[in-house]
Amino acid sequence: MIYLDHAATTPVHREVLDTMYSLEKEVFGNPSSIHAYGRKSNYYLDEARRFLADSIYADEREIIFTSGGTEANNLAVIGTAIENEYNGNHIITTAQEHHAIIHIMQYLQKRGFHVTYLPVNQSGQIDVYDLERTLTDQTILVSIMTANNETGIIQPIKDIGELLKDHQAYFHTDAVQAYSMLDLNVKEMGIDLLTTSGHKLNGPKGIGFLYKADHVPIQQMQYGGLQERTRRPGTENFIGAYGFYVAAKLAMENKQVNVETYRSYKNLFLSTLREEEVEFDINGDLDLAIPTIVNISFPGTSVDVLLTNLDLAGVAASSGSACTAGSLEPSHVLKAMFSFRSDRVNNSIRFSFGSANTEENVKEAALRVARVVKKLVN
Amino acid sequence: MKENVRVVIGMSGGVDSSVAALLLKQQGYEVIGVFMKNWDDTDEFGVCTATEDYEDVIRVCNQIDIPYYSVNFEKEYWNKVFTYFLDEYKSGRTPNPDVMCNKEIKFKAFLDYALSIGADYVATGHYAQIRHTNGEVEMLRGVDENKDQTYFLNQLSSDVLKKVLFPLGHLPKTEVRKIAKDYELATATKKDSTGICFIGERNFKEFLGGYLPATPGEMQTLHGEVKGRHDGLMYYTIGQRHGLGIGGAGDPWFVVGKNLTENILYVEQGESNPHLYSDSLLASNVNWINEVETSFTCTAKFRYRQKDSQVHVQLLNNGKVQVNFVQKERAITPGQAVVFYQEEVCLGGGTIEEVFKNNQQLLYVG
Repeated sequence: MIYLDHAATTPVHREVLDTMYSLEKEVFGNPSSIHAYGRKSNYYLDEARRFLADSIYADEREIIFTSGGTEANNLAVIGTAIENEYNGNHIITTAQEHHAIIHIMQYLQKRGFHVTYLPVNQSGQIDVYDLERTLTDQTILVSIMTANNETGIIQPIKDIGELLKDHQAYFHTDAVQAYSMLDLNVKEMGIDLLTTSGHKLNGPKGIGFLYKADHVPIQQMQYGGLQERTRRPGTENFIGAYGFYVAAKLAMENKQVNVETYRSYKNLFLSTLREEEVEFDINGDLDLAIPTIVNISFPGTSVDVLLTNLDLAGVAASSGSACTAGSLEPSHVLKAMFSFRSDRVNNSIRFSFGSANTEENVKEAALRVARVVKKLVN
Repeated sequence: MKENVRVVIGMSGGVDSSVAALLLKQQGYEVIGVFMKNWDDTDEFGVCTATEDYEDVIRVCNQIDIPYYSVNFEKEYWNKVFTYFLDEYKSGRTPNPDVMCNKEIKFKAFLDYALSIGADYVATGHYAQIRHTNGEVEMLRGVDENKDQTYFLNQLSSDVLKKVLFPLGHLPKTEVRKIAKDYELATATKKDSTGICFIGERNFKEFLGGYLPATPGEMQTLHGEVKGRHDGLMYYTIGQRHGLGIGGAGDPWFVVGKNLTENILYVEQGESNPHLYSDSLLASNVNWINEVETSFTCTAKFRYRQKDSQVHVQLLNNGKVQVNFVQKERAITPGQAVVFYQEEVCLGGGTIEEVFKNNQQLLYVG
């Protein structure tokens, strides 16, 4: 099997595993306890928090550990919306957000908020001018993801931050895919809230954090103890947080190498498909994408048959999303970029590269993809 | 030998297809389970109504260690099965969506899909058997008389049947349940599904009324005596007794015919009222699994789970046949399938179009 689905999740790094394993064996105290056991656990939580804060130029107090990206998004968006309701009821997002934003927005719409979904062009980007025109004095929150999980397309985050500097609306960005690939400086980029997740960068599942700038008031989403300064009660997953820290540290230290390596994998993958004379189109502008992700349309195929064939041929890739009965739904991201009528929404596959890849297995995967596509097209 | 033979099995999340998959796996095939999502329906929480069934497919596939996928045939099902279903009701007939689903979805769209993922065979949990003799392929009744499903499979061609496996055909249902229990399959005690898949547990009348306008009208005897009102001709089928709401003394009342032009439902009294009986029918869209003579004697079923009746079949043009009954038959219903058998072999079948008695066409649809 060859794994080309790193945007879904990544294998846990050996060093992360080893660290977590020895911690699980030796350290078990509740970080909130006042005795030595608690202090020991709290030490690891603090270490993690300090590094993760530094990694985006934030303050430690601005890091709230969560169970992952979805929870961080819920806390950021719902928490901000409800807490700032008296300043307005308008929220702006984009049509190509992850479901962990789109479905939150739909919930808020039911609760009476007005939500604007900005369109994206065929390159996959929003037009900042659209955002500017849509802002009103009622707008309290703008949530736009840093890099898209299906196409890898990066949004003009800095320009958005700049635009919002003099507006009351807080700026949230879901950086789950981008965190390990891009340099993110929340202060310079004008980001008020930022979501990350551990398992996308070779860390453990079940841990992520929300960066919330000190000046942003939010409503907590769950109630309990005083952990995370009551913003996220519940006994801290300090070993998960520490695993996340080790993974993030590795990712930050090796960022340049990883960026280049994964980009070279992507290029090798694409050039092999071309050599094999496979007909395909790339969805979105390759130059605007993070190195790890490419979304490819194969005219004359259909996504379910394609993915099943690839799986049976030992290549793990994916597409948009599935309904609760497992059936693949046309991608809302591609619908936003093209049209719901476009063939691309039904014949496109996301390949995402990462630590499970080598030049050899990427090349081999491309050859298998070429074989499958040619068989299906003919 | 069989490990290089790839079988793609349609799994519904029921006990039959679960056991069918298990048996294939035990026989050494490379088995792939596929769940077909044919109907788009979500509850108030945005959860597909098919979710529970799909989850059962996952559980069973995990238990027997085979890969599984879900495939979407909503468009095909709507265009080929549901449209037909509504059209037939609109014409006052009683359609058989299961026959159409087998013909157009399970053994066409699904077969194509299976072939496109490299299947050598497709399989289902139907109770029917396949026999290969001298290069010919025949479809035989399932061993369990009560469960035999060849009636619903009458439209399959021999070309299709060549690529089909029915792992349950030689087993009684009780044995299938037992196997499921012995292997502790997640679906071992799951209730068999009943009714038409897309309607599920819902009220049929409400469901149909949501798609087709119902025009209430008069209920009359064949002599024109008004007996009450009906809710719309599409809600009634020939031989139906319940839901007529005709009180009074004497024998119960039955639907014996429909007049579409004047929107009249004909009713007569008595379980064996002569107006419920006929002696021949005309069928269309007849499929013969293998070649037959132009005129022959065989047995036939006019509805599922009915006993076979002796008939004489005369082939006509355009895939039509004339079927004469040896004994008069009760409540033959246009739109339903007539399926022919020679002993255990299912010869094929067609759709009942017109029904006659003494060479007189009956008012079953008019």
